[in-house]
Amino acid sequence: MSTPIISAIILISGIALVSGVLLSIANKSLPADNNTLVEKVNDLLPQTQCAQCGYPGCKPYANAIIENGEAINLCPPGGQETVDKLADLLGRDSLALAEETPSLMHRSVAIIDEDVCIGCTHCRDACPVDAIVGAPQFMHTIIASECTGCELCLPPCPVDCISMVPNG
Amino acid sequence: MPAALPGRLHQHGAKRVSAPTYDLGKLHGGLRLPGEKRQSTSTDIQQLPIPDQLILPLTQHVGDQADPIVGVGDTVLKGQMIAQTKDTLSAPVHAPSSGKVIAIEPWPVSRRFGDKAPCIVIECDGEDKAYEGGTAPRPYESMSPEELLIEILLGGIVGLGGAVFPTAQKLMQAISAPLEYLILNGVECEPYISCDDMLMREHADEVLRGALILMHALQVATCYVVVESDKPEALRNIAEALGEIDDERLILKQVPTIFPSGGEDQLVQLVTNREVPSGGLPTDVGCVVQNVGTAVAIHHWINKGEPLISRVTTVTGAGVASPMNVMARIGTTVEDVVAFAGGYTDRAEQLVIGGPMTGKSVTTDAVPLVKATNCVLVLSEQVPLDDEKPCIRCGECAEVCPIQLLPQQLFWYACADNEKQLRSHGLTDCIECGCCDLVCPSHIPLTADFRRAKARMLELADEKARAERARQRFESRNERMELEHQMRDQELSEQKQAARKKGQQAIQDILDRTRNNDDDDEG
Repeated sequence: MSTPIISAIILISGIALVSGVLLSIANKSLPADNNTLVEKVNDLLPQTQCAQCGYPGCKPYANAIIENGEAINLCPPGGQETVDKLADLLGRDSLALAEETPSLMHRSVAIIDEDVCIGCTHCRDACPVDAIVGAPQFMHTIIASECTGCELCLPPCPVDCISMVPNG
Repeated sequence: MPAALPGRLHQHGAKRVSAPTYDLGKLHGGLRLPGEKRQSTSTDIQQLPIPDQLILPLTQHVGDQADPIVGVGDTVLKGQMIAQTKDTLSAPVHAPSSGKVIAIEPWPVSRRFGDKAPCIVIECDGEDKAYEGGTAPRPYESMSPEELLIEILLGGIVGLGGAVFPTAQKLMQAISAPLEYLILNGVECEPYISCDDMLMREHADEVLRGALILMHALQVATCYVVVESDKPEALRNIAEALGEIDDERLILKQVPTIFPSGGEDQLVQLVTNREVPSGGLPTDVGCVVQNVGTAVAIHHWINKGEPLISRVTTVTGAGVASPMNVMARIGTTVEDVVAFAGGYTDRAEQLVIGGPMTGKSVTTDAVPLVKATNCVLVLSEQVPLDDEKPCIRCGECAEVCPIQLLPQQLFWYACADNEKQLRSHGLTDCIECGCCDLVCPSHIPLTADFRRAKARMLELADEKARAERARQRFESRNERMELEHQMRDQELSEQKQAARKKGQQAIQDILDRTRNNDDDDEG
C-alpha cells in the first residue's frame, strides 16, 4: 500500500474527528433558540384558538410542540396543509391529520339568535378572542369580523341560541 | 376565467418591437398588433335610443359599493343621484334617464370575480326629463382645487380608460405630491377599440376643455395630450382645437403604435422617460395620467352639469353586422347595443366586454353597459383552450413583457403556488396586458394563470391578517385574565389581613373591657 493513500485516509479521518467533536460541543453548549421556534410554529397555526388540539390556544400548542415534542397533526382547522408546513419547518416526518375530515371552521362565524339569548354571559367568558359583547341580563352579540369560528361558545350556552354560519 | 384572445395571433405575425422611438423614452417589449380598428371608425358616433329598461350596478368602480338612496317604486329623473358614497373609496351612481325604480336586485354583470351583483333597475318613461337640482354649470376657475375635487366626486366620474378608479380620489391622492405633468391618455393601444379615437375626432374641443379643468384641479404647469400615430384624424383635430384654444400649457405628443403603450406606467415612461417604481404610482415621478374620455366626462359635469350617465362604446368584431361607435346611456344592456349595431352575424361565437387583450368573456348579453365598458367585442372564433403545451423555456415572453418581468418563471411559481417567489419576481407589478400569451408558442394562458395567482395571493394575505388579529386578541385576553387574577388574589389577601387585624383588635377590646370591669370590682 502506498503512503499517499494512507496519509489521505489519516487526514480525512482526522478532519472528520475534529469537526465531529466541535459539532457535538456546539450542540451541547449552544442551546436551541426555542422562543423564536415557538413563534415560527405559532405563525403557521391558523389562530382560531379553538382548543381542539387539547391545549387552550394556538400559542400553548406551539409551545407544547417545541418543548414537549407534542405531535404536529392535532390541528383540524389548519388541515393537512399546516401539518405539512410544520413538518417542513421542524424536520419531522409529515403525518396524516388526527381528525379525519379537515374542519373548515375558520371559514365560518358564530351568530347569536338575539330573541332567544338570556344574557347569561357564559359564551362571552368562553370566547378566546373576546369577540362576544354583552353584560349580565342583557342580550349578547358577536363581532363577526373578530370571530375565528372556533365553536367554543356553543357548548356553554344554556339555551342553544348560537349557530355557525359561513363567513362572508 | 380565460383571457379573451383572438387566438393564434402568434402565427399571424404579431411583431416584437424594442426600438427607441422619436424623442421619447424607451418602452421595453410590447407588440405591434393588428389594429382591427378601421371596421368601427367608418361611421360617426351614433346616438343609441333610450332603452325601456336600464340596469345600474352599484359597483361600477374600484372600491366599495355605493349605497342606494332611492327605493323600489320611486320616480327618478335624468341625472339624479340614485346611489351615494360614504367616506370610503367609491363613486356615486346617477339615473341615466327618467323613469321608475322597479327593482334593486342581483343581476349578471361583467366583472372579474363573481357573476351577479346588486343593481338598480329603472323602467324608463321615455320622457328623459332632467333633474333640476345641481345641473347648473360650475364656475371652476373661481374654486379652490379641493372644492373642485368634491364637485368631481359628486359627478360620479371614474377613470374611463378601463380601470374605473374614482377620479376624485385619484386626484386627491395626487395633489399631495409635487406634480409636473398631467398626461392625457389618448393612446388606446388595444386592437378593435376605437371609442377614444372617435371621441377625439368629433369632440377634440371638449377633450381639451376637460384637460383645462383637470389642470386647475391639480395646479400643474404642463399637460401632454398623447395620441398614437395610427390615429391621424384625431391628431389633426386635436391640433386644430389646440390652435383655437391657444393655451401654450397644452402640448400634443405623438407616440408610436405599440401595445401596451396606453398602460398608465408605460405611457409615463414613454412620454417623460421616467420609470414608475415597483408598487408605486405615476405621482411618485410627478405625473398624473387621465384618459381622454374622463376629461370629456369632467367637462360635461363641470361646464354643463351633466353627470357621468352616458359614454362612447365601440361595438365591433366579425360577429356584429355593422361595427360602429355608439353614444349609449350607462345601464343599457349589451343586447340592446348589439341590436342597434345590426345584431349578431352568423359567425358570432364569443362575447367579450373590453378589448381582446385585457377584456373578459361573458356568457350572456343581458349584462349592462357600465362606466368601464369601452368595447363590446363579438369574436368569430372561440379561444382554443385545449392545445396548451409544456413550456419550452424559449424566453419570448420575457422579451415582450413591458414590465420586464419573467413570465416563464412566474408561471412555474404560479403552478407551485409559491407565494414568496411570486412576490420577489414581481407578480404584483404585472398589468395583465396579455403580450406573453400572444407570443407563447406553447399557447400557455399565462395571463389567466397570473390573475388566478394574484387572487390567491390576496386571499392568503387576508387570511394572514385575520390570523394575526386573532392572535393579538387571544394574547391580550390572556394578559387581561392574568391581571384580573392577580388583582383578585391581592384583594383577597388584603381582605384577609384586614379581617385578621380587625379580629385581633376585637379580642383586645374585649380583654381590655374585662380588665376594666375587674378593676372596678376590686375598687
